[in-house]
Amino acid sequence: MKKHRRKYVNALMLALFSIATLIALVPLFGVLGYVFKNGVMDVNLKFFLDLPVPMGMTGGGMANAIVGTLILIAIASVLGIPIGILAAIYLTEYDRLSWFSTLIRFTTDVLTGIPSIIIGIVVYTAIVVKMKHFSAFSGGIALAIIMIPVVIRSTEEMLKLVPHTIREAGYALGIPRWRTIIQIVLPTAAKGIVTGSMLAVARVAGETAPLLFTALGNQYWAHNLNQPIAALPLSIYEYATSPYKQWHEQAWAGSLVLIFLVIILNATARLAFRTRNN
Amino acid sequence: MGQSLSVRNLEAWYGSNKTLHGINMEIAKNEVTAIIGPSGCGKSTFIRCINRMHDTLPGAKATGEILLDGANIYANDPVELRRTVGMVFQKPNPFPAMSIFDNVVAGLKLNGMRNKKKLKEAAEKSLNMAALWDEVKDRLGHSGMSLSGGQQQRLCIARALAVEPSVLLMDEPASALDPIATLRIEELVTQLKSSYTIVIVTHNMQQAARIADSTAFFLNGELVEHGATSDIFMTPRDKRTEDYITGRFG
Repeated sequence: MKKHRRKYVNALMLALFSIATLIALVPLFGVLGYVFKNGVMDVNLKFFLDLPVPMGMTGGGMANAIVGTLILIAIASVLGIPIGILAAIYLTEYDRLSWFSTLIRFTTDVLTGIPSIIIGIVVYTAIVVKMKHFSAFSGGIALAIIMIPVVIRSTEEMLKLVPHTIREAGYALGIPRWRTIIQIVLPTAAKGIVTGSMLAVARVAGETAPLLFTALGNQYWAHNLNQPIAALPLSIYEYATSPYKQWHEQAWAGSLVLIFLVIILNATARLAFRTRNN
Repeated sequence: MGQSLSVRNLEAWYGSNKTLHGINMEIAKNEVTAIIGPSGCGKSTFIRCINRMHDTLPGAKATGEILLDGANIYANDPVELRRTVGMVFQKPNPFPAMSIFDNVVAGLKLNGMRNKKKLKEAAEKSLNMAALWDEVKDRLGHSGMSLSGGQQQRLCIARALAVEPSVLLMDEPASALDPIATLRIEELVTQLKSSYTIVIVTHNMQQAARIADSTAFFLNGELVEHGATSDIFMTPRDKRTEDYITGRFG
């Protein structure tokens, strides 16, 4: 009798987990499917190559916003990923326990939870107001500030997973500590660090609020990083809140492109890493 | 060629916990010296002092002198020292992100050697000395983690030998291996002593009896007795040594 009960409970739990998983997948595929259904009709070559056109004219694309988003991600990554990784190295390899590293860890956790609009306002006050104009550069900085804590915490977790014996093996060969860290510990954790960094990129790729005060958006091409620059989330926001049906369609197309941009960035980073490692 | 070691009044601490109490010991060059004793007796701490790995742990410190061919290791740079005094650890620890080849030459490459031909020669020589060359020569580009446990340990020995040390420290190098792999490591140790001074920590007294020229018995952070292996096992002078090797404690 008892034996049957165990099997019965087992089946019940399995059913419970499966149903929960399915429920979790419903919104995920729901969002993807809905964006795809609404956006796919308007994603064409023109969308990638043309600038937006004024209301009333047909056609037009989001070429400037797509490139703008890529530029903003690039600035944010170049600033945020190295700073995040280096800080994580400090926290795991050089100073795990002191009050200083505890403070940094705590601040990092707080920073992760701060609404991104606040980071936008801070960068606006500190940089945009001082420089007296909106710019791609300030937008990149705002996104970098959002990325840094994510990169620090994910890199830290990955470095902690590298066994201490690996570091000792490096020291025992007469390899200096900094070299052991850079050429032995980091490559051992590289896969996880890349994944964590890509997660940070995905997180900021869709950020809208901090860009409203910094990158501002632009109907045309930005000719240098000191000018306001267009970005997909900004264009989506602008087009989706407009009263025009044609712009709504463009916003759906922009959303779809943004999602695929993140997926492609993720896939290439992982693929590039995989081929390099084997 | 191996170098001799002379340990003078060595004391070691982890924080406020003193684990070695004034060790004095002579280690002859080109011999295998086994360190035996029960768990927690300080034998690992002792050999970790010889290449100053002990110093790398937070809160750990050591005092006294260890003379390597007459020069005190505590007066010189620990990173330089570790190129002369190599170490093999209890568990095989190949670098996971590196190929077999890169593992072997890691010590050379990461210390600045760029000459591909020299690296290749060093890799073949070290792998031959570690009796691993024939098994891996066709797959040097594979990951070091693809090898069996015993092969990984020989890979780690090859890696330690590649930097051409004069002393090789081995911290229970066969304790994680099966009997056949253990036998191979033991054969290797006996072959290597013509070129190196070898200090090996072991839990296995038969192993010490099989491979060591001299044996030292540690207990509670003290060196109880050190002498020719046959003397230690056949005619120990100290009662505690006799009790330990006859299995009465430990």
